[in-house]
Amino acid sequence: MNIHEYQAKALLKTFGAPVAEGVPIFSADEAEAAAKQLPGPLYVVKSQIHAGGRGKGKFTELGADSKGGVRLAKSIEEVVAHAKEMLGNTLVTKQTGEAGKQVNRLYIEDGADIDRELYLSILIDRTVGRPAFVVSTEGGMDIEAVAHDTPEKIITVAVDPETGLTQSDLDTLTSSLKLEGEAKADGEKLFPILYKAFVETDMSLLEVNPLIVMTDGRLRVLDAKVSFDGNAMFRHDDIRQLRDETEEDAKEIEASKWDLAYVALDGNIGCMVNGAGLAMATMDIIKLYGKEPANFCDVGGGAGKEKVAAAFKIITADPKVEGILVNIFGGIMKCDVIAEGVVAAVQEVGLKVPLVVRLEGTNVDLGKKILNESGLAITAADDLDDAAKKIVAAIQA
Amino acid sequence: MSILIDKNTKVLVQGLTGKTGTFHTEQALAYHGTQMVGGIHPKKGGENWTGAKGETLPIFASVSEGREETGATASVVYVPPAGAAAAIIEAIEAEMELIVCITEGIPVMDMVKVKARLEKSKSRLIGPNCPGLVTPDECKIGIMPGSIFRKGSVGVVSRSGTLTYEAVFQTSNAGLGQTTAVGIGGDPVKGTEFIDILEMFLADDETKSIIMIGEIGGSAEEDAAQFLRDEAKRGRSKPMAGFIAGRTAPAGRTMGHAGAVISGGKGGAEDKIAAMEAAGIRVSPSPARLGTTLVEALKG
Repeated sequence: MNIHEYQAKALLKTFGAPVAEGVPIFSADEAEAAAKQLPGPLYVVKSQIHAGGRGKGKFTELGADSKGGVRLAKSIEEVVAHAKEMLGNTLVTKQTGEAGKQVNRLYIEDGADIDRELYLSILIDRTVGRPAFVVSTEGGMDIEAVAHDTPEKIITVAVDPETGLTQSDLDTLTSSLKLEGEAKADGEKLFPILYKAFVETDMSLLEVNPLIVMTDGRLRVLDAKVSFDGNAMFRHDDIRQLRDETEEDAKEIEASKWDLAYVALDGNIGCMVNGAGLAMATMDIIKLYGKEPANFCDVGGGAGKEKVAAAFKIITADPKVEGILVNIFGGIMKCDVIAEGVVAAVQEVGLKVPLVVRLEGTNVDLGKKILNESGLAITAADDLDDAAKKIVAAIQA
Repeated sequence: MSILIDKNTKVLVQGLTGKTGTFHTEQALAYHGTQMVGGIHPKKGGENWTGAKGETLPIFASVSEGREETGATASVVYVPPAGAAAAIIEAIEAEMELIVCITEGIPVMDMVKVKARLEKSKSRLIGPNCPGLVTPDECKIGIMPGSIFRKGSVGVVSRSGTLTYEAVFQTSNAGLGQTTAVGIGGDPVKGTEFIDILEMFLADDETKSIIMIGEIGGSAEEDAAQFLRDEAKRGRSKPMAGFIAGRTAPAGRTMGHAGAVISGGKGGAEDKIAAMEAAGIRVSPSPARLGTTLVEALKG
């Protein structure tokens, strides 16, 4: 689960991290009052969307020469002018795709005098199974490019969860970031704060890019990107409240109500599969035969007839879908349950596109019998290759 | 031979009294008499569990008590996500040799704590978020469908449950059968990685070939490929077929499994496929051709 920058900063502030003063706004009418709450004379107006690259992003509705999604303002009037121009428009960044994202919230923040920009993130280092700090002196830019071009400028410090950050870890971090004097003292306070926030709120990523050293020598969290471990949200009611459903695909929201693993994609063959690996493999094989999947959908191992029907309805409701491939290798999942769910969904919402079903595993004969006797126009397939060929052929016919 | 489990393996069930634990314990007992010897429930110690066909097993209040009473060396965990890490840690403290955690959806931070405990113990954890493991005709721990297995010579190791079934089904149909099939699970932090299982398959005389199924996210496949190259230089190698799921997955999106995500430009399928091919693994472009690809690899 992702949250906005202003929410992440508010959260980090509760743990004691140094962040700038700022006020989120939802309409341009609020801009003036928001800016008046800040000391000035420098302000930053920041688009709040769940995607990176906002500063270099462009608004679709404005000209190519217009400013990006993060803007400096030197007066309250300028803040208001920016807010009017940005709110409601569509920001396209390297992470949003061509469609971009509508900017519905802005964050008006106190400006800072920057001396140096650093990079800091905390994530789970899978190779050691521990939280790890990733830091670099090359902050404020695309860290993937830094990692690619100058990997020696990225330092990773994995933390033993049983001891937490040690003095040796802190020394490595402060020296890697070349922090001295007050900045070093600030770092030694800040790093344990960020680690505590990461662990206690079950984050999966905490990225501060940039972490800045200001001209007065102090550290400040200038940007903050936070994602949480969805599996841990059952113990964080307060964080669940921060979810912004307008940032998510409507089909994915509906799927999440049914506890379905569903990811909307751009192709036109809808997929319903059991198991994450097999669901990915089904997408891959569609591509192998020259078409694109419309979605990833894993109905899971223990789905009942209703959940299967819900998944099928979400897939058929997608206007892009020109054909559907159901691929089931029943282990725990029984093929007759899948067949009943598909038949029930088709009887309720109809079937306007070709449907190919491949069933294998537990109760396969019973499942095939249910499909055959349903009278529905369903094409049976023997294996995954056969299924992919048949659905691709069907939508080209 | 097989790896990790055989007909002598005695298994305790943590979470036996729930619906999932009950169903799969019935299935395991029905699978060539897998020695399921008891369940664990802190409040139901001393009672008995009864399956749908009248099977009964004793319930113990703790894993250590269950171990002492039955001589079990393995434990399978069906406990729901919020309590699963505590259940694994209890099994580690009871010094179970093998712990298999089926539970999906355990918070990563809980697994970080489990992993730290695991490293200081002699226990091996398979999973979590895995289908378990099967040695055909001898022992089934977890949720794989027993009917698709056939005793034979292929070692199967996979991050995905249903793709494990594909590999097993296809090698059974090809007449090869399996020594042992192990699902290591789809979570980012887990007990056992590809390398651990590959080492066991390389060392097992009856395992003549290996299928390895990976997916996007992390670098476990690349690490495994490097391991295989190093072992091949020492003269240890076996014919292998492989598959990587998620070639078409978009970056930054978690694809069902918590660990299946391309992030920070890393964990993509193409890098993994290239590493595996460089290690001599025949990587099938289609999950429907795992069996035939392995047969080709065996022909050399």
